Amino acid sequence: MDAITFWILAAILVVSSVLVVGQRNPMYSVFLLIVSFAALAGLYIQLDASFAAMIQIIVYVGAIMVLFLFVVMLLNVPTDDAGGEPRRMFGAGPRRIGAVLSAVFAIELALALVRVVSTPLPSSDRGAPVATVYDIGVKLFRDYAFAFEATSVLILVAMVGAIVLARKEAR
Amino acid sequence: MSLLLIPLLPLLGFLVNATLGRKLTKTASGTIAVAAIGASFGVAVMVVWSLLHQAPIGGVRAIDQVVFSWIQSGPLSIPLEFRVDPLSSVMILVITGIGSLIHLYSTDYMHDETDGEYARYFSYLNLFAAFMLVLVLGASFPIMFVGWEGVGLCSYLLVGFWFTKQSAADAGKKAFVVNRVGDWGFILGMAAIFATFHTLDFQQVAFRASQLPIETSVGIVTGITLLLFLGATGKSAQIPLYVWLPDAMEGPTPVSALIHAATMVTAGVYMIGRNAVLFSHAPLTLNVVAVIGCLTALMAGTIGLVQNDIKRVLAYSTVSQLGYMFLAMGVGAFAGGIFHLYTHAFFKALLFLGSGAVIHALHGEQDMRRMGGLRKELPITFWTFLVGTLAIAGVPLFSGFFSKDEILGRTFASGHTVLWAIGVATAFLTATYMFRLLYLTFFGERRAAAADAHGAPAHGDDHGRGAALSEAGTAESKGHLHDAPMAMAVALVVLAVGAVFAGYVGVPETLGGGNRLEHYLAPSFVAPTIAADANGGIAVAPPVPEAPTAAEGESAGTEWMLMGVSVLAAFGGIGLASLIWFRNPRIADTMAARFGVLYRTLLGKYYVDEIYDAIIVQPIKRVSTFFLWRGVDAGLIDGTVNSVGFAVRGSSAVLRRLQTGSVRAYAMSLFVGVIVIVGYFLWR
Amino acid sequence: MPEPTLNSYLLLSAVLFSIGTAGVFLRRNLITILLSVEVMLNAVNLTFIAVDRYRGTVDGQIIVFFVITVAAAEAAVGLAILIALFRHKESLNPDAFTSLKW
Repeated sequence: MDAITFWILAAILVVSSVLVVGQRNPMYSVFLLIVSFAALAGLYIQLDASFAAMIQIIVYVGAIMVLFLFVVMLLNVPTDDAGGEPRRMFGAGPRRIGAVLSAVFAIELALALVRVVSTPLPSSDRGAPVATVYDIGVKLFRDYAFAFEATSVLILVAMVGAIVLARKEAR
Repeated sequence: MSLLLIPLLPLLGFLVNATLGRKLTKTASGTIAVAAIGASFGVAVMVVWSLLHQAPIGGVRAIDQVVFSWIQSGPLSIPLEFRVDPLSSVMILVITGIGSLIHLYSTDYMHDETDGEYARYFSYLNLFAAFMLVLVLGASFPIMFVGWEGVGLCSYLLVGFWFTKQSAADAGKKAFVVNRVGDWGFILGMAAIFATFHTLDFQQVAFRASQLPIETSVGIVTGITLLLFLGATGKSAQIPLYVWLPDAMEGPTPVSALIHAATMVTAGVYMIGRNAVLFSHAPLTLNVVAVIGCLTALMAGTIGLVQNDIKRVLAYSTVSQLGYMFLAMGVGAFAGGIFHLYTHAFFKALLFLGSGAVIHALHGEQDMRRMGGLRKELPITFWTFLVGTLAIAGVPLFSGFFSKDEILGRTFASGHTVLWAIGVATAFLTATYMFRLLYLTFFGERRAAAADAHGAPAHGDDHGRGAALSEAGTAESKGHLHDAPMAMAVALVVLAVGAVFAGYVGVPETLGGGNRLEHYLAPSFVAPTIAADANGGIAVAPPVPEAPTAAEGESAGTEWMLMGVSVLAAFGGIGLASLIWFRNPRIADTMAARFGVLYRTLLGKYYVDEIYDAIIVQPIKRVSTFFLWRGVDAGLIDGTVNSVGFAVRGSSAVLRRLQTGSVRAYAMSLFVGVIVIVGYFLWR
Repeated sequence: MPEPTLNSYLLLSAVLFSIGTAGVFLRRNLITILLSVEVMLNAVNLTFIAVDRYRGTVDGQIIVFFVITVAAAEAAVGLAILIALFRHKESLNPDAFTSLKW
């Protein structure tokens, strides 16, 4: 059962990601990304990481993607390549190089990752203690307390930065 | 009392005048300077007095003072130590005494300068005195060298005092640079001394040198002494380094009197006297010294015979008399050389100051062809000048006679007959050109040129003299010339008295005197038996100095005969000069025309300057310009530095292309880096 | 259907990451580029969770927590910049912004 779930979710994930990259209309890209996030959340649940899955949905999809949507709609983003800039520096040649490099990278990464010892995941271990939010919380505020606080500062900075950067030059 | 005061007082005078000079009045700065050197003279007198009354320890009398430990480096220990013994006592009295008179004279002579310049002059003069005193009071080579260099510096400053005048600035530079060549020899000599004797203290060196056998061939001591003598030729204007001294007449006349007659140029003679033991052990060097001294004397005498500038004549005369002193040193008559140094200081300073009075009265005229008839108008100047001229000519009863005769006598007695003959010939020449000077300047009719139709005398054009004689005096000469003002007159008179009586301390025994000077100086020229430690103790018990007065194998008869020859030479010269320049000056013109080539050569100073320029100066200039300047400096060094810049510029021109401004290109390069890194870890 | 092992998850993550990278290079729309960056981040998140499950710890989830937070901040700022750029040049083509070249 788990295997099927995995493969379906994986397929959805990959396809939607490819489409995200491939779509012309950015609006569609955003929606497709949401779909991929959903699939990812499903994979997280399958990996017994329910907390992460929920965070993903709530924060990532619910906030960040919405933000993206806002911006897309605000800017009335034209479809791709309407910039009309002469592509003297990034013409077809470099693009193909980019594609080739990505493929190379993919292979490289895969090779690297599969060197890890291949053991089956103890997936069907229903009786195994699943990490609860309680456990996560304890770890978060004990071992990672500093990172937590730092992140809050980071958010503050990002907030301020976003406001400053995006405001109109009203002189 | 402290030996340190002797050089310190003029040094303080220098400091005051150098720092505050511009704000002081002329009276103030002059008084400070004269007071400083005068006080130094007072201290010197007291020191010498106590020295004379000191009970000699084994024949040695000395006063020693260590001021502080200057250099302490391994085996080398040089304290700042001053030492007065008979030799340096004579020197300090000459320097401070005659120096004071010259300072006094300068207060009037330099009066036309501005306040600031006046003070600057006196600060330099005081500084010179301080350095010269350090030179003679130093107890070791380095101390003497400090003074040696210092007086060279002051000579440069003072010769080039009117530095806005190109010839004066050039003369100052020439003096310094030529001196420097000599100093190189001195430094090498010092280094060699340290390497050989492991000490630089005079007493110690003398002691250790006395342990060595007398060298008959070229050995280490000969080498050392030759190097030191090279330094002496530079400082004391002998062949080959005398060329700076005539040019140095560009400086104010009192400077010429002090530095180039009485004191600085005698430093070389003093140095040899100070190291008499060392030099005595190198007879080869002594021969060189004597020969060079003698030849210089002759050469300078011939040149002085035809010069037209009053100061130039005196300059060459100085070179010539210095030659005599070196001749004396070279034949072993150290006391004789110092004796002549001492009398020469008097009459040469007198002559220079007298010429200064003449120049002052004539408002800057220095060409003798435009002088004449000044006897009536400048009486004080004339009479004192006459005394000086008689002294230098070697007329009996004047000081110059005794000292010159001493030298000639000792030269003959030591067997150097040829040198003696040349010395006599030079004495003849001396009398001739000095009386020529006297007659041209003070006798006859005033020959001031109406319009300055006669150009620079350097071209050897002597027609002016004959033609000018027929001119009547111009409006200038008719005007009242004022004789020397008070300060100058005092100095002249005192020096004149000295020129007469100073020689009496050295009257030889044959004439009834006891040659006291020689006896007094003798202990300075022999080695101590036990050398002192570096902490300033005094040498103990030197051997009894051999009586140097009784010249070996010389009978009283020989001495009378030699004296007669000297007198004959002197009067012969006076007679010749009177015949020509007193009676019939046209003879000189005809002779000049007859022996045209010889005349021009003499007038051109044997073209030595031109030779030096061609052989030494021009090649150095060329090498410096083309090789060192363009080649090394501009090419190599600048090139290296610039090439760094070029390299950076070039490489950056290439690397600049990476900055495309395209974000994606940057991302691409980033990505490539990531691939490489991951790949690296993959292959590990 | 073979059981999903750790390797399969890791492989999936690698594929996802390369897709994101390709997107960064190949698209000429700034928004799409940003979205591709998000894809890359998610790939990494997947790696963390997978290894987490394999090891039985919860640190991975916490790290994912932080990653998502930072991604949010980054997206906010990035979009703000994007808006500013768009206002300036009326274009979202990254090649249009080349004033930083020499």
